[in-house]
Amino acid sequence: MIRVSGLTKDYGSRRAIDNLNFDAERGEILGFLGPNGAGKTTTMRILTGYMPPTSGKAEIGGFDVVDQSLEVRRLVGYLPETVPLYPEMTVFEYLKYMADLRHLPKPNDKVEAVLEKVHMEERAFGYIDKLSKGMRQRVGVAQALLHQPQVLILDEPTIGLDPAQIIEVRNLIREVGRERTVLLSTHILSEAQQVCNRVLIINKGKIVAEDSPEHLQTRISGANHVTLRIRGDAADLLEDVRNVPGVISVTRQGDDVLEFETAAGIDARPEIARQVVQNGFDLLELHAVNLSLEDIFLQLTRDEPGALNQAESTATEQVEEA
Amino acid sequence: MRNIWTIAKREYKLYFISPIAWVVAFIIFLVLGYFFYSYILYAANQQLTGNGSGYVPDMQSILSPLITIMLFASPAFTMRTLADEQRMGTMEVMLTAPVRDWELVVGKWLGAFLFYITILALTWIYPLVMNQMVKPGIDQGLLLSQYLGLFLLFGAFAAIGVMVSSFFSNQIAAFFTTLGVLLILWLLSFPVQASGGVGGDLLSYLDMQGHLYNTFMQGIVELKDVIYYISITILALFIGSMSVETRRWR
Repeated sequence: MIRVSGLTKDYGSRRAIDNLNFDAERGEILGFLGPNGAGKTTTMRILTGYMPPTSGKAEIGGFDVVDQSLEVRRLVGYLPETVPLYPEMTVFEYLKYMADLRHLPKPNDKVEAVLEKVHMEERAFGYIDKLSKGMRQRVGVAQALLHQPQVLILDEPTIGLDPAQIIEVRNLIREVGRERTVLLSTHILSEAQQVCNRVLIINKGKIVAEDSPEHLQTRISGANHVTLRIRGDAADLLEDVRNVPGVISVTRQGDDVLEFETAAGIDARPEIARQVVQNGFDLLELHAVNLSLEDIFLQLTRDEPGALNQAESTATEQVEEA
Repeated sequence: MRNIWTIAKREYKLYFISPIAWVVAFIIFLVLGYFFYSYILYAANQQLTGNGSGYVPDMQSILSPLITIMLFASPAFTMRTLADEQRMGTMEVMLTAPVRDWELVVGKWLGAFLFYITILALTWIYPLVMNQMVKPGIDQGLLLSQYLGLFLLFGAFAAIGVMVSSFFSNQIAAFFTTLGVLLILWLLSFPVQASGGVGGDLLSYLDMQGHLYNTFMQGIVELKDVIYYISITILALFIGSMSVETRRWR
């Protein structure tokens, strides 16, 4: 449904996105993950026909976003970052207006249906002016869903919502994503993890990683982090543990805690346990620490793009500094 | 066409929601009412005393102040049309809805123009009253010509306002720029009188006031004046559409 190749956008001398390539198919929820200013919104604005790219090509449903902009816009439902609402209209009026602009048949029925979906029926005749941020966000989502678009593009859809509403919106996205294509941006990692089939991590305009949330996690934390707690001073054990095969680095976290990283594919824990006991220490605790997606995200976006392997070593250095 | 109408309808309704429209409309009718009353009273006094110059009130005494007020009020009516969309971020949804850029601009213009037509239509109360007071009634041909002139003039006012509004995301900037453009076009008649030659001809062609007072207000409908106002309107809407489109490239 979405095909992007070599997409680049410059704002004056600043390159906002740099040679992006990705695809998204029907029934896929693609997450766009990145820090603020990474180029998520710019990419979405190009895909929705709001602005043209400097170079490169993007297609939605086989239509070029620049040359066949109107066809693309008919296919796409879009929720921009700043929810686009007219404060002086009621919720119903606003949605009816958007429905009319899209030439929907039976606009009133469509509006009622979408209001039900976002649970805003009882506020349909309230002025947008008087709505809370979360409710405005829901009206924005309703606006994007109104014409049952083939492609749904959501820029930070759950921002400003309370936890119950976040869950509702996420369920809604999942439901829509079953038979349509959803592209959503977020900087909340757990959201990407829960909702998306596939995640693109983008930083400084470049894609630094692309995979399913699960794969991404194992791929990067393929090297295991293990925490060891002993009775006594861990400093004496430092050298012995470092010499165990497969151990990449060891850091002392406290008086009696060591954290070490092992190479992917090698479980060094039995050997380490042996070392502890042989050196006369009491082993209190030995457990593997999984890198959360948060850590991965931070590693990837802190570094120069494209350096997945470097990310690990840098993270370790930072642990050592700490 | 359907999109233009959808947008125009929303714009038109918005004028009746916003306080600016009511305040300005109130002032317009207060001032016009005052002028109307004064002229009628003046004419009536002359009739009673029998020593006047035979003054007969005509509609120009009402329509001239109306134009002057609209010269200042029109920028206030049109300032928010596109500037506010930009400021509120709703421009993003308009430009990503299946609506062409020119449809958006023309829709905004039409909404404003319909509102002006409403104001113009309400002023029909004055010729209706005047017609009762003047024997044998007022010149209807002149009246139609005057209203046609105002109709075309207000269309151009609205178009220029919408065009300027597309340049800004700040309403106040849009207001003063529109006012400046309108005043320059309106007051060109003064340099026209002072200059001659090709430059003078050009200025007199551009002069907005001349195209109204020399013909329409005298009861003369000439094609060149009709074309002047329509081309100003189309040109302004064209520039406005271009401006919305270039906004995408910024």
